[in-house]
Amino acid sequence: MARTKADLTTKLAGLDLVNPVLVASGTFGAGREGSHFVRLSELGGVIVKSMTLTAWRGKPTPRMCETPSGMLNAIGIQNKGVDHFISEDLPWLLKRDATVVASIAGNTVEEFVKVADKLRTAKGVAAVEVNISCPNLEDRNDMFAHSPEATAAVIGGVKEALPRMPVFAKLSPNVTSLTDIAAAAVEAGADGLSLINTLMGMSIDVESRRSELAGTYGGLSGPAIRPIAVRAIHEVHSAFPHIPIIGQGGVMSALDVIELMLAGASVVAVGTANFVDPTTSVKVIAGIADYMTRHEIASTAELVGAVKLEG
Amino acid sequence: MLMASGEILTHKRYGDAYHSLTIVSPEIGEQARPGQFVSIRLREDSAQILRRPFSVYRMHKRGGWASTIEIVFDIRGAGTRYLSQLRAHSTIDIVGPTGRGFVMPKRRAHCLLVGGGIGAAPLFFLADELRNEGHRVDFVMGARTSGLLLNPIDVRRLASVYRMTTEDGSQGDRGRVTDVLAETMERCGTEVVYACGPHPMLAAVSEICMERETPVQVAVEELMACGYGACMTCVMPVRRPPKRGEDPADAVVYARACTDGPVFNGASIVWHGSGTEPVAADQQELTPANVAVRDTGLDEVEDEHAPPGN
Repeated sequence: MARTKADLTTKLAGLDLVNPVLVASGTFGAGREGSHFVRLSELGGVIVKSMTLTAWRGKPTPRMCETPSGMLNAIGIQNKGVDHFISEDLPWLLKRDATVVASIAGNTVEEFVKVADKLRTAKGVAAVEVNISCPNLEDRNDMFAHSPEATAAVIGGVKEALPRMPVFAKLSPNVTSLTDIAAAAVEAGADGLSLINTLMGMSIDVESRRSELAGTYGGLSGPAIRPIAVRAIHEVHSAFPHIPIIGQGGVMSALDVIELMLAGASVVAVGTANFVDPTTSVKVIAGIADYMTRHEIASTAELVGAVKLEG
Repeated sequence: MLMASGEILTHKRYGDAYHSLTIVSPEIGEQARPGQFVSIRLREDSAQILRRPFSVYRMHKRGGWASTIEIVFDIRGAGTRYLSQLRAHSTIDIVGPTGRGFVMPKRRAHCLLVGGGIGAAPLFFLADELRNEGHRVDFVMGARTSGLLLNPIDVRRLASVYRMTTEDGSQGDRGRVTDVLAETMERCGTEVVYACGPHPMLAAVSEICMERETPVQVAVEELMACGYGACMTCVMPVRRPPKRGEDPADAVVYARACTDGPVFNGASIVWHGSGTEPVAADQQELTPANVAVRDTGLDEVEDEHAPPGN
């Protein structure tokens, strides 16, 4: 039987992507760093490192420690600010035909909205991912993503600033009820959700009795967290089947991408694996095509939420 | 910088604790410059997922070993233990050569190389290149004990003047490299210092050089996740020129050891503490010129475009 080549083009909140594989925020710089190894136009999209209203210096070192099948990081969103992104990084990315997803962050609702305002007039941003796993200076430094009210305030403000831009809320798994937070984001106007951000963790050097990170706690990423991502995506997709999800969390291979899609992700972002092998994203794309051919799947949409459950 | 596979040609031991791997990877070997590093992936099914960075200890140019690179390391954990068990013909996955290497003096100069323990590794490649370009090379090398001095036989061969220090007095002078540094600089008419080793040593070496107004380039070794500029974990606090009206203490940026370094101007690093709060900082100042090269004094320096050797 003749088999046709798998069609990897994927729709995401009104966007047409060449395939369902993106690179996750903070793991490919602003594209330049990763471009030594990957042609950015071959990716479904590039979610750039989170940008803030002004440049952020970031936290002191050590900022990272390796853990079993993963790593902890506490960077503090070191970045040069949204103006630098618009004047330097965005034109560079567009020249390379990258599909650009701008990740934005802030410490107050107003900061998020001001960054979103600046992006409205910047030509060429395909979508915005809102990194609400930031301390909220107006609420005892608790993360926005830990509270339905704070989540709704940020997403509502950003959506008002960007009414025509697909806006994704990137949710933290460090909550009691993820679906409550997802509901708040969706009701506030989020066009989609990104699941999951890192899990809060800690590692102690028992000889010195100090935390391995200067920031004490850090975000756990890598294949260690993949089952949690799969569960979180499945839970939220089951509750909101029509809301597109950018799945992320420990993806190392094409089959991991398929797993997240079967759980309910429309597209998947490769994160920590970029550190391990900077060509992971393109290798994964080829592997997805193989899987689809093998299973006679015509469109990536057929995979989304297609896990078979008993009972 | 690229990703390639490499075949291990030899596995050797140096002294009491050091392992060496000579790796055939022509694409990477041909491009490598002193001070640059390579990142090696451990086995694919390992729970240690991150690459391990190693500075290039030697680059062999001629004969059957042309374009092979050699790295040296001691066993610090499961990753380096795994690498120490690799033997000839094993294949490894390498990213490199990465980072801004040492800046070579353009006019003939008296260069003093200062290495501590395994940190001395990139200084051998540097010494080879400096000598090829006609510079004078002197060496100060220190370690805790004689078995941890890295290849002292080659140091004697490469250096016009050399000093060894050990903390237990088992070889050379008892003490640390910084105990003999000023004296050696005086004696050798040192015009530029290149150093690699632990932070406290680099801080002390930089301080002595600053007092003597001698340019100092240091290669740092930092924890890194990606090793190609994306993850922002391997940063060093580096001074930049203050903007008008700005307190110089605030004119500090976190520069990436992997791609902005690993070689920095030792005088521009904030060695003792730094700001802890995220504050606004304009990093556009962070160009190669004012990180790796600025204030080295030898202003007719060349950078990575210099042809390799000879």
